[in-house]
Amino acid sequence: MQGRPSAPAAASADAAPTVTGNRALMLEEPLIFEIGSTDVTGVDLEDAPAHASRLGGLTREAAIGLPGLAEGEAVRHYTRLSRQNYGIDLGFFPLGSCTMKHNPRLNEKMARLPGFADVHPLQPQDSVQGALELIHSLAEWLKTLTNMPAVAMTPKAGAHGELCGMLAIRAAHEAKGDARAVVLVPESAHGTNPATAAFCGYSVESIPANARGRVDTDALLARLGPDVAAVMITNPNTCGLFEPDLKRIADAVNAAGAYVYCDGANFNAIVGRVRPGDLGVDAMHINLHKTFSTPHGGGGPGSGPVVFSEALAPFAPLPFVVEQEGRFHLVEEESASAEDHGQSFGRLSAFHGQMGMFVRALAYILSHGADGLRQVSEDAVLNANYLLRSLDDLMTAPFGGTGPCMHEALFDDSFLKDTGLTTIDMAKALIDEGFHPMTMYFPLVVHGAMLIEPTETESKARLDQFITAMRAIATAATNGEGERFATAPHYAPRSRLDETRAARQPVLSWQG
Amino acid sequence: MRYYTKDHEWIEVAGDTATVGITDYAQGQLGDVVFVELPSAGAAVAAGKEAAVVESVKAASEVYAPVSGTVVEANSALEATPDLVNTSPEADGWFFKLTLSNPDELDGLLDEAAYKAFVETL
Repeated sequence: MQGRPSAPAAASADAAPTVTGNRALMLEEPLIFEIGSTDVTGVDLEDAPAHASRLGGLTREAAIGLPGLAEGEAVRHYTRLSRQNYGIDLGFFPLGSCTMKHNPRLNEKMARLPGFADVHPLQPQDSVQGALELIHSLAEWLKTLTNMPAVAMTPKAGAHGELCGMLAIRAAHEAKGDARAVVLVPESAHGTNPATAAFCGYSVESIPANARGRVDTDALLARLGPDVAAVMITNPNTCGLFEPDLKRIADAVNAAGAYVYCDGANFNAIVGRVRPGDLGVDAMHINLHKTFSTPHGGGGPGSGPVVFSEALAPFAPLPFVVEQEGRFHLVEEESASAEDHGQSFGRLSAFHGQMGMFVRALAYILSHGADGLRQVSEDAVLNANYLLRSLDDLMTAPFGGTGPCMHEALFDDSFLKDTGLTTIDMAKALIDEGFHPMTMYFPLVVHGAMLIEPTETESKARLDQFITAMRAIATAATNGEGERFATAPHYAPRSRLDETRAARQPVLSWQG
Repeated sequence: MRYYTKDHEWIEVAGDTATVGITDYAQGQLGDVVFVELPSAGAAVAAGKEAAVVESVKAASEVYAPVSGTVVEANSALEATPDLVNTSPEADGWFFKLTLSNPDELDGLLDEAAYKAFVETL
């Protein structure tokens, strides 16, 4: 049973265990290696006729032993497994920092239109004018919503967008012959930021957070100098708080000859309310799967367009779409258009970006309209503050005293002091109550962090149900009734997994 | 003589060489340690700069060199048994040994009593 260290949750005390191990129509599912056989195949193919191999010495000499199943059994296997999964279409998914909002089905319908779904990146541009126009329309919306003059649509995700922005910043410095070595990253920024700066060849220096959970502005301004290439700042930050000094910081950073990279992962909290361009940002990525409701993962790779200031626009990557006399054109070569794009840092990806994500994001934007997008961010912030104030008498909110939060309610584990319980026990107890856990132990600046992001999707009734569950768990924990949490979850398909052993002695193949 | 940092490293000095690890308080905060990345022998480390990485089920954290010097040995036992950091943080779970390039840097570190007082405030 290696690879499956934990037993199924014990049957309730008054019911005899079943012969099969199934629990009514929730079926206990073996591994495919246990139910499949190399003797079985879902497709009956004739043996290949004798032929000369063109593989040189690379021809396989023995069967590789993949298990086979009849098609119907294979379908059942994966469908049963999928029933043990949990997703936004099943229930509340309050994973802070991830923005697990509903993906409207209208987006999916639009993305499946053949004119968008079946185009090929190497098709003649005359045959994909509608697709190019859609990319151009989305680009215009993103520039308008951020008040930034340029956008790169090709980055494939948030961290890829960070790379895009930092490569443009490096290219801008190099164009001035101004080699700078240091990037400043506040503790309240996203964890990927220092990795991106280091990947671009910069040394990273951390700027502390202040007691209010915001960047220590004085410390940041004091560190500016001729060696600082950029500041990477997340706004709203990872504590779910607005950085009110960003404009002041950006002006000082620009005056010191450096650039401001804003991590736009939390743009969903301010879209329609705040334009990052007005705050002096030079580059910012937008996670379409967070702010504009494209799927997380399941719908294909993500998309993280990057908006640029006037100063950085010449260094943006190719290709991009331009409109010329009513026709849409993909600029793919540095010198292909009347304008010279010789300062572009190059390409981030082979083609124009994630078409499927662009369609979904534009469908979301157009179906909501400007007023709807504004309400999205308002409702996301209202929901988070409702959760914060409904729980902060029982749980400890480290920055609850500084005023309203943005789109995330952050708690620490100080209310669990002397209970013997930790953040992970709260999360596991929440699974038993039928909720996906909140984000745990992030951000790192807060001890035992629990980061809850309701998004605008959830109704008041759903939030109240979650609040009732959280209050019951927190009350039991602090009243000394929490010992049952140490072994939770009890009702999940698998009970508490041994994460330590899984990391120290990983078994990555069947039968070890 | 043993010194401590506010980043929860300890350093045991004997002549011009020293042994570095993380404190019992640090391992308690990290939880179960599952992986330790150590510097190679011969690597130069600088006071206050990253010298190793310790990864627990909760998070990956940098370990800083308390003083500057050259690494002479890393604790290879941690590769197979990182749990030594939990079970014996201030003895068998040591991280690396180094020769000190600037022993004066020790003056800026905490002694045991001062470190204990510091931990009490956390």
